[in-house]
Amino acid sequence: MVKLVLLLLLTGANSKLSVKARDVPDDGGGRTQIIVKLDNSLIGDIMRITRIEDNGVKKDIYVGEVKDTVIRLGDRELSDTMPVRYYVLVNTKTGKFVTQTVSNSVIPKASLFNKKKLFLLLLAIFYIAILLSYMSKAQKGQELYLRPIAGLAEVDNAIGRATEMGRPILYSTGLLGVTDVSTIAALNILAYITKKVAAYETRIIVPVYDPIVYTVAREVVKDAYTAAGRPDLFKSEDVFFLTQRQFAYAAGVSGIMVREKTATNFFMGYFFAESLILAETGAATGAIQIAGTDAISQLPFFVTACDYTLMGEELYAAGAYLAKDPRLTATIKGQDVMKAVLVGFLLLLTIAAFVPSLSAKVDAIKPYVVGK
Amino acid sequence: MFFSRTLPMILVFVMGVIGASLYFIPHPSAQALENTLSQWSIAIGSFAIFLAITSLIRRYITNIKRGKEVVYNLVALISLFGMALLGLINGTGPDSVFQKIFINVQVPLDATMFSLLGFYVTSAAYRAFRARNVEATLLLLTAILVILGISTIGDSQTWLRDLQEWIMNVPNLAQKRGITIGVGLGMIATSVKIILGIERNWMGG
Repeated sequence: MVKLVLLLLLTGANSKLSVKARDVPDDGGGRTQIIVKLDNSLIGDIMRITRIEDNGVKKDIYVGEVKDTVIRLGDRELSDTMPVRYYVLVNTKTGKFVTQTVSNSVIPKASLFNKKKLFLLLLAIFYIAILLSYMSKAQKGQELYLRPIAGLAEVDNAIGRATEMGRPILYSTGLLGVTDVSTIAALNILAYITKKVAAYETRIIVPVYDPIVYTVAREVVKDAYTAAGRPDLFKSEDVFFLTQRQFAYAAGVSGIMVREKTATNFFMGYFFAESLILAETGAATGAIQIAGTDAISQLPFFVTACDYTLMGEELYAAGAYLAKDPRLTATIKGQDVMKAVLVGFLLLLTIAAFVPSLSAKVDAIKPYVVGK
Repeated sequence: MFFSRTLPMILVFVMGVIGASLYFIPHPSAQALENTLSQWSIAIGSFAIFLAITSLIRRYITNIKRGKEVVYNLVALISLFGMALLGLINGTGPDSVFQKIFINVQVPLDATMFSLLGFYVTSAAYRAFRARNVEATLLLLTAILVILGISTIGDSQTWLRDLQEWIMNVPNLAQKRGITIGVGLGMIATSVKIILGIERNWMGG
């Protein structure tokens, strides 16, 4: 086969058939792309493409009828160190030889950086710079206006209501693990609420779905009681792991709401189908309910059944709002500025997509905008 | 102080930066590192399950001692230990007693809870669609069109099906994407605050 490759290379250019092989850029390696260009006269013939590795190993990767003059194929699961060539043979349907050629040699290398994600990286750096800039302004004492969020303004009232009624508060951190950012946001809010609860000497019940979240939630509640100067009020049995089955969790939390007659329920984090079961049960018990989730499909249920709902990003902003730390609240301002930038960018792209001379360019930059 | 505050913050910073970088590196070694980190997470999770089960047992026992919901707590405790013992003695294979109890008790219970959603959705829809003001009336009309379009009426009335698909694919999808963009920005901001150690409430404040 090596002789054949050499022969074909010496033969020179084939006017009816050409093949180019290239490494697929910005990937994890092991992939090549083959572009075969054929003459019109070859349509209807049978083409066979054979991969030839430098060590002599051969494998047919395509056998089929020629239906187009340009054929693009991908080859995968190749070695990152082994150069490969592609031998293309075209025969008639009766098996009579027509033409053949061989591609350039290519090594399917792994990339260290995905250039398609460069725009996203620059955008992320720009966003982080905005966040840091607002944090710096806030640290210097500059006043920043923040739009009010009704659900957060009511948190203190909801805790106060439970205190006045002498009933406990229920707090759920959702159904995802601690690696999910919404769960971390929920834990941040839990810390603030626990400090308030400690000051009012109200009981807080935290049934947790995930074992790791349980260990973190327990420490958050314990430390918050200590920070509030009331470590004596911390009851370890009130922060507990309930179950890791979705509907068993819904049944368990619903049961707690009914039996303990909780005055206030907080549902913060990521929820699935159980969201409506929890919120409707809480509504039936007459509790004031504040929910916060970034699960878009569950938002309508919370909006309907809860008194206040933090939608999407408001869940992430909640911890900063409640903590009243200028550096944290400054990030909310940064988020709003970045949103305005993105809205402007999307508007520009939308307008450009409607302009015939620009629409092709919008399509060309699309992979860089979405990073794929 | 070092082990409870400084070290976790250093670890969060290092792992946070590594985790963010991995998104931009397609190299197999980066992917291997990501897999290793995921395995660490699973290993930590298996330790946490012991603490979690202990907390559950402690809660049940405390409730029984206080005479609070004794029957419920006893049932939960007996079920917990009973199933664990059955699994250890008899195994958890397809024909085991453990599987039979799981399929004939746990699965129907799950299905029962899930079926409650049908009633809750109806009750929630009734409250959401009450035409109290202009917005609620618009919501009601849109809901009627979507329900009719997605039901069998939509099969014969293609304009209704097209309208329903347009509502779902254009205005509905646009607002979903709007929320998704906000969520993405919120996630990045929260992650930056945690990685830089500005947000520390997850450590208790």
